[in-house]
Formats: sequence, structure tokens, C-alpha cells
Amino acid sequence: MRIHLEPRTTTPRWLSPLATLGAVAVALVISGAVIGLVGGDPVRSYLHIVEASFGSIGVLSDTLVKATPLILTGLACALAFRMRLWNIGAEGQFLLGAWGASAVVLFPLVPSGTPAIILIPLMMLAGMLAGGLWGLIPGALRALLGVNEIIVTLMFNYVALFWVQFWVFGPWSEGGFQQTHPFPPQAWLPRLTDFSSVVPGFAGLTVHAGLLFGLVAAGLLWLFLERSRFGYEIRLIGDSPRAAEYAGINIKRRLIIVFAISGALAGLAGMSEVNGAVHRLQDHISPGYGFTAVIVAYLAKFRPGRVIVAAILFGALILAGREIQPSGVPVMIQGIILFTLIVGDVLVRYRIRITRGGPAPAGPLTPATGSSIGPAPRPEARG
Amino acid sequence: MTEEPAARPLAVEARGIVKTFPGVRANDQVDFDLRRGEVHALLGENGAGKSTLMNVLAGLYRQDAGEILVDGAPVAFGSPRDAIAAGIGMVHQHFTLVPSQTVTENVLLGLDRPRFFLRERQFEGEVAALATRFGLHVDPRAKIWQLSVGEQQRVEILKLLYRGARILIMDEPTAVLAPQEADELFVTLRSMTAEGRSVVFISHKLGEVLAIADRVTVMRRGRVTAAGLPTAGATKADLARLMVGRSVIDAPDRTPFAPGAVVLAVHGVSALNDRGLPAMRDVSLDVRSGEIVGIAAVAGNGQSELAEVVTGLRPCQGEILVDGDSVANRPASVVLRHGVAHVPEDRTTVGTAPNLSLTDNLIMKRYRDAPVAHGLLVDEAAARAFAGGLRDTYRIASPNVDTPARMLSGGNLQRAILAREIETNPGLLIAVQPTRGLDVGAIESVHRLLLDLRAGGGAILLISEELDEILALADRVDVMYEGRVVGSMPVEEAEIGRIGLLMTGGSEADRDATPVGAAPGVAR
Repeated sequence: MRIHLEPRTTTPRWLSPLATLGAVAVALVISGAVIGLVGGDPVRSYLHIVEASFGSIGVLSDTLVKATPLILTGLACALAFRMRLWNIGAEGQFLLGAWGASAVVLFPLVPSGTPAIILIPLMMLAGMLAGGLWGLIPGALRALLGVNEIIVTLMFNYVALFWVQFWVFGPWSEGGFQQTHPFPPQAWLPRLTDFSSVVPGFAGLTVHAGLLFGLVAAGLLWLFLERSRFGYEIRLIGDSPRAAEYAGINIKRRLIIVFAISGALAGLAGMSEVNGAVHRLQDHISPGYGFTAVIVAYLAKFRPGRVIVAAILFGALILAGREIQPSGVPVMIQGIILFTLIVGDVLVRYRIRITRGGPAPAGPLTPATGSSIGPAPRPEARG
Repeated sequence: MTEEPAARPLAVEARGIVKTFPGVRANDQVDFDLRRGEVHALLGENGAGKSTLMNVLAGLYRQDAGEILVDGAPVAFGSPRDAIAAGIGMVHQHFTLVPSQTVTENVLLGLDRPRFFLRERQFEGEVAALATRFGLHVDPRAKIWQLSVGEQQRVEILKLLYRGARILIMDEPTAVLAPQEADELFVTLRSMTAEGRSVVFISHKLGEVLAIADRVTVMRRGRVTAAGLPTAGATKADLARLMVGRSVIDAPDRTPFAPGAVVLAVHGVSALNDRGLPAMRDVSLDVRSGEIVGIAAVAGNGQSELAEVVTGLRPCQGEILVDGDSVANRPASVVLRHGVAHVPEDRTTVGTAPNLSLTDNLIMKRYRDAPVAHGLLVDEAAARAFAGGLRDTYRIASPNVDTPARMLSGGNLQRAILAREIETNPGLLIAVQPTRGLDVGAIESVHRLLLDLRAGGGAILLISEELDEILALADRVDVMYEGRVVGSMPVEEAEIGRIGLLMTGGSEADRDATPVGAAPGVAR
């Protein structure tokens, strides 16, 4: 018996969403088996995850706090992946964004009494600039010298990590601890709880304006990708670079711009995290948001609207990670979801044919993977 | 060659091979035979079915019908492994070597010996001995990435010889070689046939075929047009005529030739190909308004590069003027703005983006301008209306304008590209192989579109390997050979034998030496 993969000539409309849902379901079953193997009760564990992340207004707010950086970094990845640029460096761009925003109040670059209305936009700008620069460098290296962007962005994550550590352990350290002074209150992003004097129900809800940044960014990115001339060019370059060149598009310039915007989005995520949730720069501000963002973007099939949904799902997993023992379970679920997603994507693009006996039929027998990460889901033509 | 060639036993015989791919019959009742100790050339244009036939013999494809006999016994190959076990090996155009490994390691790759310890010295000795025997000079310890393309090709041949191949199929082996390397390859091929091995030599270069082959089989559009013709009495002109064949399409009606001002002027342009070798040498030509200039050339003689240079897709030296403005080495977007449209040779990855919708593909040249562009945005409704209009006007058969381009048939895809390009109302159209692979009906509609553009005062540079097409459409014929324009004549003076000769490097003087069509063994 032989199993062959044959490219599909037609793909039913329902197949792609079904494969995504199926992938998540299969991942949950596999994870459940692992939880069972180590002596846990998978059903209770899952119920607990749901309870711990969506069970009340309070935990829902916490979930959204965790989802906020994932939305922005997820959008950063989705944008780059649309053009088949494998920006695996959202983590580093996130950290640089957090650092850039912090620099405004810690160097300080502005007088200490600067009001929020000026300070917060300045910090957003600084975060986006720093993150954007951290994306621009690998983008320029790729465009001008052909350097593999996966390797550069991956390594840049570690450079960024040590850069932040240098500042929080050294010049900005608060009494030798691996953290800085807290930011002045006018640098804090407004939280729902800040309005509890007006709406008492908001008391204790820590969800902050960073979520708004994420939602607005998703809307703008949708407009940019699906409706703008630039977005059309990105689609064209992503699908066939040679066709884009033929259409008179300067691919190198687009590549650098996309990388810079992608980095700026991740940088904004870092700014929103330090200004909205942590209120200071410290070591370990990210539990790997920039890496989870890769999975979020994949799960969302690189579509801005779906990034929000996927980010909330993964925000819940991160939040629940604090409650679940062994604590590695949510990370494991994330990893398995990425695997099942990639398998699901192969099934969308290829059909499986099983033949009994006899030699292989003629024709290409192995799927050609278009990228180093695995078969990339194609962004469907229009949302 | 003391033995009478016809008396040698057959090494391989293929009878009635049929191989169909979706929409194309690549091989239609093809017969082919190969004698022991001969070099048998397989000649034909791109897409004639040569590689398909050889992939069947090498076990990569399985024929839909027909049988293969090796040394008189029928065989059925399930994989290249079966073929090599029967003594048939193929050297593909794209090599299958591991760059970071040595020559010896590559030769041994996939074999079941050495069993465990590599004992490299011993095997290096064996490989070196084999290399010396056939004049395949290559260092067995060199890593593949250190080798030139010619040396890598030798390693591919060594791999097959080491596996005991008695029949070598070489798919356009000289396409990647410098002339001197090609001569060395010919010496190797001769030393192999002297030992009784046989070689199939796929090519579309006539000079080479006559130089190396004992016999030649010519294919055209999936059929054999000459089977096992001895090269001894054949001329380039004979072979050229067999390759390009006779007209299957009617000459379309055309308006009288009324040339206007010069639209495209190419002066002394030279350019390199993708491998960095000279592809165009000092090319000069003019195309006037209301004129179709046809470029007749065998594939790989610089005509593809000519199209790319003019459309801003390839750097060059020299002067290119469109309507008097210099566009040489300007970006493709600048050339577009000068009203230059382009029907590219590769319609599936250059001419269209396969996974994007028909709408996205049709607005490729219009998304920057109103009404499709709305400021920095693309007006979705206008784009769809524009695409729908083109789809109706040019009768592009597709379920709707959201259908991905890859779902369109070849003819419809080409109509979509032509629709998009002609709709820009270009002053100059560069059309490269516009009807390759299309059926007769689609060919006629493409020809109609080109002639309508000409009647409207458009200038067209038509690059085609189909001589009939050039003779039917062009007002002027320029012939390219090895990157140079070797002949230019009004279509009235263009005659298929004369052009065929120029296309293959012959001069006018050779022409009357051998009567055309006198060769034996010609089908039909």
C-alpha cells in the first residue's frame, strides 16, 4: 500500500476553515492524551483553562491584557508573512519597542512634568521607531544583500534580549534589581479600573488602552492589506515575485517598508505592555509573545480580523498557564496547534490518495514546500 | 565506425508511446529506437515532447499506452531505480547532487555499498579510474560546490556509469556548457559509444546534432516527424524544416502594411543571460507604428533576453529608445509609463500571479490609475467592474472574476494577459511566444488580437519559435542566432528554408549546397 499526496486542482470554500478548526480540535485531543498520560484529567484541565480565562469579567479582563501584545505582534507577523517574509523577530522588536518607550522617561528625553497627552504619543512613537528599526535592519539586509531574514530576525531576538538586560541590570537598574524605576503615572495607559469612579463595575479591571491600539491597528492593517494599492502589491509579491517585477513594482523597497512596519507594530506591542501593564521596564517582560505571535498569525491565516480572535485564544492559554500544573501544558498545546495547523494546511493544498500494490503512479510525489517554515497558508484573495 | 550502423542490435525500442498531461498530449504514438554504440539525437522545439519521452524511458513517468523493450525484452519501470537496473540512466538539466559532499560521496549516494565504513580511499580510486577511462576529468575528493557546471555534469555521468548504465540519456547537456566544455563532453560520449554504450542526446541545436549524432529523431507537437534519420546525409536546412514543420493555421486577413514613425529603436544592445554569459551581442532593430516585426530564433539565442531588456526587466549596454525617449536600464515601471505592454514568455509565474483572482490579475497594469485606483486605495467595485468588462469583451472563460488565475486554461490565461496588455492601449507591444501550447482556435483569436492592434497603429515586436506564425503575422522578419541579428528582411522575401538556415547559424552560401527535402526517412 502506498500513500500519495496529489496537489488539489480545486479547493472547496469550506475546506480551509474546516481544516483550521479541525487542527485545533486534533491538537486538543493530542494534548488531552498527554495530560492523561501524566495522570491529569484532560476534561477537567480544559474546563479549568476556560474557567480561568473566561469565567468572570475579572479573568476575561486579564485574558484581554495578555491578548493585547499578542494582537499587535500577531499583526506584525501576519503582515510580513503575507509577503512571504519570515519575520521570526517580533519578540526582539517587541523588546526594543518596550526599551524605546522606556527611554523617553528613563534617560529622560523629556522634562519630568510632561503631561500624558504629549508623553504617551511620544512613547508610542519611540516604541514604534525602535521596533521599526529592529525590523528595518533584517529587511534591508535581505533586500540589499539577500541575507536570510529568518536567521537574522531569530538572532536579533537574543541581541534585543541582552540589550534590554544590560539597561535594566545596569544604567536603569533600581537599586541593583533587574528592573527600572516605575514610570510616572502620566506615562501609564488608561485602564478600565481608572474609570471605576464613573462606572463602579470597572473596579479592578486592568484591561488598558493598548487593546484599543491593537483593535485600531487591526482595522488599519485590514484596510492596508485588503484595500490599498500597497496591499495589492504585497499580495502580488507574496504570490509571484516575478509577476510583481513584471508589473513594475520595486520589490526591494516594498520589502524594506513591510519589514519596518512589521517591526513598528511589534514595537508598539512592547510599548503598550510596559506603559499599560508593567509600568516599568524589567527583565522577562515577555513570556514569548513574539514567538506565540507566529502561531497566532498562522492560525489567523494572516488575516487581521482573525488575528484578534486567535490572540484572545492564546492570551487565555498564557493566562491559564499560571493555574495549570504542570505549568508547561499551555506551551505544549501551543506547539501542538502549530503542528496540526501545518498538517491541516497540507491537507487543504493536497489530497491524499491511497493505492494498493503496484508501482507509484507517475507525477510529482512529494509536495514542494514554498518556504523554510513549512507550507504557508495562502491568504485567500479577498476578505 | 567499421561496423555498418544499421546492423547493430537495438538497445532500446519504444513503440506507440502515449503520454497525456491535463490538457496536453505530450507524446502521441511515438516510436523511438536506439542501437548499441550510437549517439541518437532527439531534436525538437520546446514542448515538442522530447523530455516527456525520455522521462518515460528513464522511469520517471509511466506511459499511458505503448511498450518499451530493452535488449528485445519488454520492461515496465516503476521508478528511475528500475530503469537504472535495466541499464538506462538520465542526466537531467537540473543536477541532483549534494553540494556539500565530495564527488565520491555523491557517486556512492543511494547505493548499498560501502556497507558501513566509508573506506573513501578505495572508492575514490574506483571513481578516479572510471573518470580516466571516459575522459571525465574531475577530482574525486572535490566538494560539489567547488566544481564548475561542466564538472558537475561529469559527476552526474559518473554516477550513472558507476551504476552500470549502458544507455545514457542527456537532456540538453550543452545548454549549460561553454563551447570548450561541450567539445570535451563530445569526446566522452564518443569514448562511451566506442565501448558499445548508447547515448540519447536531446537538443535543439542543429549544429551539435550533426556534429555528434549518428542518427536523429525529430519531434514536433508530440509526434515524430522524422524517425531515426542518419545524420550523414542530412543538412541543417532539412532538420530545421522538420522541426518547425508546415503550416497548420490559415494566414489571417490583414490590412495593408502602412508603417508610421519608429516607436522602438534598439541600437547596439548587449546583455548577459541569467548565468552571466553573453546572451545578446550588439543587437540593433527598429519597430514602427503599424508594423509587426517578428524575431525568428531557436530557443536560447538571445530573443528572450531581448524582450526583457526592452521591458526593463534585465540590465543591458547600449541604447533603447521608445518614442525617442531612452528607456535602457530604466525600471519596469518607467517603461510601462512609456506605453510598452508585454506578453511574457512565462505566462503562469510572470504574466500572472497564479493564486490571485482574475480581477487582481487583470488590474496588474491599471491599479495605479483611476478609476481602479482611488487615491492610495484600490476601488474594489471599480476593479471588479473593470475586470468584468475585460472578461466579457475578450471572452475569457472563467466562472467569475474571483476565480484564481491558476484555474484558467492556457488559452484563457493568454487571452486574459492579452486583454490586460492591449487594454492599456499600448504604443508598443512585446509579445513572446504568445501562442505556445494553445490549440488552433485559441491561436486564431490571439492572432486576431495582435492584428487588430497593428491595424490601430500599434507597434509589435513578436518573438516566436513558430516560423509559420511569424510569416503569417509579421511585416518584417529579423533572425537571431547566438545573440546577434543575422538577417533582416521584409516578409515577402522571407522564405522558410532561408530563415531556417539563418536561425541555425548557416550562411546564405550554404543554402544551395544540398537540396532541401531530399533526406530519406522523413515522415509524411
